[in-house]
Amino acid sequence: MSTIAEKFGREDWSRFTFKQRMQRYAAFALSALLLAWALGSIDVIWVWVWDAPEQMGDLLGRMYPPDPSNLGAILRVLLETVNIATFATALGVVVSLPVAYLAAQNTTPNRATLWLGRLILVTSRSVNTIIWALLFVAIFGPGVVAGILAIMFRSIGFIGKLLGEAIEEIDKRPVEALEATGASRFKVIVYAIIPQVMPTFWAVAILRWDINLRESTVLGLVGAGGIGIILQGAIDTFNWPEAAMVLLAILALVVLGEVVSAFLRRRIL
Amino acid sequence: MLKITDLVKRYGKGDPVLKNLDLTIEGESVVSIIGSSGAGKSTLLRCINRLVEPTSGSIVLNGTELTTLQGRELRAARRKIGMVFQSFNLVDRLTVMENVQSGRLGYISTWAAVMRRYPKKDIRRAFELMERVGIAHYADKRADELSGGERQRVGVVRALMQDPEILLADEPTASLDPKTSEQIMGLLRDLAGELKLPVLINIHNVNEAKIYTDRIVGMRYGRIIFDDKPDSLDQEAMDQIYSGSPHADRSTDMKEAS
Repeated sequence: MSTIAEKFGREDWSRFTFKQRMQRYAAFALSALLLAWALGSIDVIWVWVWDAPEQMGDLLGRMYPPDPSNLGAILRVLLETVNIATFATALGVVVSLPVAYLAAQNTTPNRATLWLGRLILVTSRSVNTIIWALLFVAIFGPGVVAGILAIMFRSIGFIGKLLGEAIEEIDKRPVEALEATGASRFKVIVYAIIPQVMPTFWAVAILRWDINLRESTVLGLVGAGGIGIILQGAIDTFNWPEAAMVLLAILALVVLGEVVSAFLRRRIL
Repeated sequence: MLKITDLVKRYGKGDPVLKNLDLTIEGESVVSIIGSSGAGKSTLLRCINRLVEPTSGSIVLNGTELTTLQGRELRAARRKIGMVFQSFNLVDRLTVMENVQSGRLGYISTWAAVMRRYPKKDIRRAFELMERVGIAHYADKRADELSGGERQRVGVVRALMQDPEILLADEPTASLDPKTSEQIMGLLRDLAGELKLPVLINIHNVNEAKIYTDRIVGMRYGRIIFDDKPDSLDQEAMDQIYSGSPHADRSTDMKEAS
């Protein structure tokens, strides 16, 4: 009895043809070249890189022990940071609802509104929170208002985009059923679309609050309120023990935010 | 009375899916439409409540021409046409009561709808109908907790809440097991009698059509080639209805067809 290989005369097989293999090598070489060129063009001062461990030790030495004498002020500003994040998230969620409605292909009234919705989303997301903050500090002056607006503007794009995608993925059969009952457009949205995107809505809102908590800790660096102001002050005056204390406080806040959002996710979703 | 005259529907530039179709339904009869997949049964039903836009022709329900209605008038006309769907089309995350009350959306104010403050008489009516079909004890359950047969009962009650003048059912039993399927068909027949309501049912199961309906309409790729009492549906008529090919049937001359 002959083996199958003998019968069919085939025992060679390779995933790629010779030409494909060469193309893959070429792509690989090109990528390596690109990386090497990128590294060469950014002008790294290698001496500073090599003595980084020493510098790090030096900095930690100066930071230790953290100085809790200003803890009262730090905690007060930390609370302000949480408030900025929470308030901005709430505002962002409210504003992003109509934007999501416009940006979803299956709910937007017409092509012009679709593009308007998308434009708002792209604008919001393509500008970093810190840049938004710089802009709003220039308009409203330094302080909490600029911080809230900056976080909110960045959140609209994020929430609106994810919510818009959730709207596009709903089961449209209930929508058809409610249209058949003679319900108006708005009622169809309330009864058939909103219930279906509710889980996504909560998940996205909680996730964004979590992210906003972290983002609001750096707003102070550009004068837009929150804990960053104290951190900036401590670093500028070489008050390293206090800077260490602020960093520890931020770490505690982020961990706390993680715990709270995990809890909310379990309870609501 | 529902009177359909010379109805044509084509999607895009393709062959027409409905070809110069005429159909009249009078009184409270239960009428079934049979035919192979793609014969145009679903399209015909959806033309009546304008979920599908007819290309030409006329559909008159109790004196109202449906094909030309727009906006508010169209919604007012849709309230009078109940529809039951193959896959039930309930909103899974809402309760049974909310799903049932969504049949009243065309009647109540937006505020009442959003706040779920339904009129007392609507709630009473809902419980009556739910009691009638045996789902009243599920009122506060979420729709996705129910079995297929129970979900279709919710679908039927939602349609009846509209206080319709006609009930359309698009393969209402195709997603159900044989036993449940017969229960739903029996229910539709009985309700038609009790509420003096004409019912138009698309159905694949010819046996059920014979047992539960008063009149059978046979469609073959865009036209009606059989329309008579269930007893008259013999093997020859069955072979006629379930033969033919979509393209050959649809592209032949339209006038000759009717």
